[in-house]
Amino acid sequence: MEKNSKSALIIGAGIAGIQAALDLGDMGIKVHLIEKNPVIGGKMAQLDKTFPTLDCSICILAPKLSECYRHENITLYTLSEVNYVEGTSGNFTVDILKRARYVKEDVCTNCGDCATICPVRGVPNYFDANLKNMAAVYIPFPAAVPPVYIIDKNTCVYLNYGICGLCANICGAEAIDFSQKDEILKIDNVGCIIVAPGYGLLEDVSPLTNYGYGKYKNVVTALEFERLICASGPLEGHLKRLSDGKDPKKLAFLQCIGSRSDRDKKYCSSICCMYSTKAAIIAYEHNNDLESYVFYIDMRAGGKGFQTFLRRGVDEYNIKYIKSKISHIDVDEDDTPVITYEDYDTSEIKQMKVDLAVLATCIIPSQGIEKLADVLGIELNNYNFVKTNPFLPVETSVEGIFTCGCAREPMDIPRSVAEASGAAARAAEVIKGG
Amino acid sequence: MSEKESEDVRIGVFVCSCGTNIGGLINVKEVAEYAKSLPNVVFTEDNLYTCSETGLTQIKNGIREHNLNRVVVASCTPRTHEPLFRDCVKDEGLNEYLFQFVNIRDQCTWVHMKHPKEAFEKAKEVIRMGVAKAAKLEALENIVVDATPTAIVIGGGVTGMTAALSLANQGFETHLVERDDKLGGQLNIINKLFPTGQDASELLGSLKKRVESNPNLTVYTSASVKNIEGFVGNFEIEVEQKGKSIDLTIGVIVVAVGASLLTPTGKFGYDGNIRITQYELEKKLKNNEVKAKDIVMIQCVGARNDERKYCSNVCCMTALKNALLIKEKNPQANITILFRDLYTPGTHYEEYYRRAREAGILFLSYKLEKEPIVEENNVKVFNEYIGEEMSIPYDLLVLSTPLIANSDNKELAQMLKVPLEENKFFLEAHVKLRPMDFATDGIFICGAAKWPVDLTESITQGYAAAGRASTIISHDTIEVEGATSFLPEYNKNLCTGCEICITVCPYKAISKNENDEIEITQVLCKGCGVCGATCTSHAIIIRHFTDEQILSEIYAFGGI
Repeated sequence: MEKNSKSALIIGAGIAGIQAALDLGDMGIKVHLIEKNPVIGGKMAQLDKTFPTLDCSICILAPKLSECYRHENITLYTLSEVNYVEGTSGNFTVDILKRARYVKEDVCTNCGDCATICPVRGVPNYFDANLKNMAAVYIPFPAAVPPVYIIDKNTCVYLNYGICGLCANICGAEAIDFSQKDEILKIDNVGCIIVAPGYGLLEDVSPLTNYGYGKYKNVVTALEFERLICASGPLEGHLKRLSDGKDPKKLAFLQCIGSRSDRDKKYCSSICCMYSTKAAIIAYEHNNDLESYVFYIDMRAGGKGFQTFLRRGVDEYNIKYIKSKISHIDVDEDDTPVITYEDYDTSEIKQMKVDLAVLATCIIPSQGIEKLADVLGIELNNYNFVKTNPFLPVETSVEGIFTCGCAREPMDIPRSVAEASGAAARAAEVIKGG
Repeated sequence: MSEKESEDVRIGVFVCSCGTNIGGLINVKEVAEYAKSLPNVVFTEDNLYTCSETGLTQIKNGIREHNLNRVVVASCTPRTHEPLFRDCVKDEGLNEYLFQFVNIRDQCTWVHMKHPKEAFEKAKEVIRMGVAKAAKLEALENIVVDATPTAIVIGGGVTGMTAALSLANQGFETHLVERDDKLGGQLNIINKLFPTGQDASELLGSLKKRVESNPNLTVYTSASVKNIEGFVGNFEIEVEQKGKSIDLTIGVIVVAVGASLLTPTGKFGYDGNIRITQYELEKKLKNNEVKAKDIVMIQCVGARNDERKYCSNVCCMTALKNALLIKEKNPQANITILFRDLYTPGTHYEEYYRRAREAGILFLSYKLEKEPIVEENNVKVFNEYIGEEMSIPYDLLVLSTPLIANSDNKELAQMLKVPLEENKFFLEAHVKLRPMDFATDGIFICGAAKWPVDLTESITQGYAAAGRASTIISHDTIEVEGATSFLPEYNKNLCTGCEICITVCPYKAISKNENDEIEITQVLCKGCGVCGATCTSHAIIIRHFTDEQILSEIYAFGGI
């Protein structure tokens, strides 16, 4: 193992970055894994279950999170971003900006006393799609890695007004450290870089006004729905209408929201047909009185077992598919969404009332990708995803810098995992091959 | 075994809520409390997620503070979590085989979701059984074997070439076996590549050049794998090339045998002449033989139906590519594509679909229940959108047929001892998180042998399999599971030599030695227990599942 003096640096610790880190680590190569959030796991950690196996997402991900945390060859940098890069393939030097956590990582025992006593409430948790509130000192989810609390510097009373400090007083481990500052860490001898920042979602940048999102309570995005049906989410898995708390009887899953459209993004987000079917299946498992309607343009289900999964949806889970194009959503006096759509099979304009409408919003490049591309000197494509050649799929425009997963195109988990292993192989070629 | 037996058994039981997967249905605190009453249990605790870093720390603290020498975790499944908990107890100085898993999620709260009371009772029972077994557990050692840092890639298409090249570039001696007389696989018949439009031969040529000039890579064309013996790190492989046999010692195997093309004999008037497949069209385009003016393409021919349920991924893009090529050459050509769902996911493929529409290619959707009817010069198709049957004239009809599994996958699968899925493609270890691995250690899968994929994904998967394979042969030694079957010296007189164990062993781990005695190769054994269960004289013992251990569970269940 000592024979590889060069390390690899991976930007983004979602499932793609994690897989690449584990593969390289298992090859005996030192890895620096950089994550801008306080915890690793990315979007996959937020999902309830995964298609088509219906594995509980966090259940199959958690062992990988732990493995990353404990791996002798992997060093984790959370709350961190790459700030500056110099050098060339085989020998990069990288500056990391590591933001203050205000909790000592090696001391915190994750007991939660700090959050219990914190007087600040109502801080929305990004992990729960902002549907659940927390204290100013928090951990995004119970199985988080690293298992360390973080203080939200925008809402912490002590950090803003110099008074309070209740958390520091109660912490038996003396883990709270208000004096922490953002710091720059220099990493040299980096042989390769893998860019895996994942993706963002259209709602991050667009109000989605056509669909009444933000205006009507019973119109939610797909990621919000994942949290709503997730046992560890804000409703503890008991799905309700957000307007009146009633059990929904009829759900609509609207595909291509902002995708394949001249108004928003022209491309296809690849994964929505499948995850919407999965969401409808899980919802039915919770409540067998449910019926679900999936409004779609083309059913994109090419992966292993996907067609069978769709058939199961129809045969066993009361899902109906309507080939259609959504026009807009209104609500009636009960806050019940009314969907106006064109039925492609009959070419008629129709309406349907549903208890909850779930928007499969377009996958977009991750926030901050332009800045990252600028720092790394890599090119982005016309949609601002990392530019790659179809026949050199994990290569960026800069030698020695590779990419994988949704950084370069919307894709599902198996493909992200495969690309991650592929990027790891390419990185190993450079590092081992000298 | 003796020292562990003389020692006091001190069991700790950790009961997981698994968020609400378990805790939402049954009271885990009460379950943990119940566990306290069981024999040898000195400590119990419930955790929100036992597998979280916090939960693992609690286990470690428990071992340290309560001097535990056995750990039982009642949570989910060993399939995903056993390695994690074993590592955890090992970190604290306990032998990893002194850990016992009890599955109260899949076996209790999931299957009995509608019966919380019964699920609760069952959880207590399975924990009681697990605790009883834990008391009888013995420390075992993993088996460590040397690993040969070499690789074989079976299949010399673009996927296999990519995998082989990456492994060779990482410094491993790599052997690439192709049964055809030349490398390249399906790429040899393809004309141009989507979405760039470059010549397939150009890409293939440059790839071949790199493969053939790599000093770490040996290519065997007109060759096939005849026999595979051995195990991870130490496979003995017989390759036959033009009647000559070559023996190789290999660390890891990458399967990249690709897929086959379906010939739609008897469907939609297929005649190989004016009613052809997309692949036959590729050839015609390559030779500049396409003179037709009215072209109709039908998608999903022999796919996404009852006979073959899956979508073949590549056919829509292939049709678009070929339609655009015809249109470029002859803008006057009328091209209609009859489709069910157009499959152009992602960024560039969707862009390509747009280009095709802008180029004037007509797209009409049809439904499986109302398939197009091919007549001599017309295709009749019911158009849902206008609610009428349309008749479209053609002088060339192109059928988009799916990629299908190779007919000899079964033989290779048997040689490798790996499974196939229902369509006879190779089945990976886990569809979601282990897409390139087989469940058998040291064997990897990539490309269309696993599922229909396009060129981009074939290349990615070639690299990916190389990456996964490298994690094994980057090390001098490999550790494999120590819970194996064995025939102890003191039982040898019990063995009647009936050889049933040899017949039933799915891993070919059992044989007879020169003294006509049964011998079990430990490193090949997966501990499945079939030999022990069938042994008529109870001579074979399965470590970690000894008769004593299993009986202790049964007695505990029966309250004995």
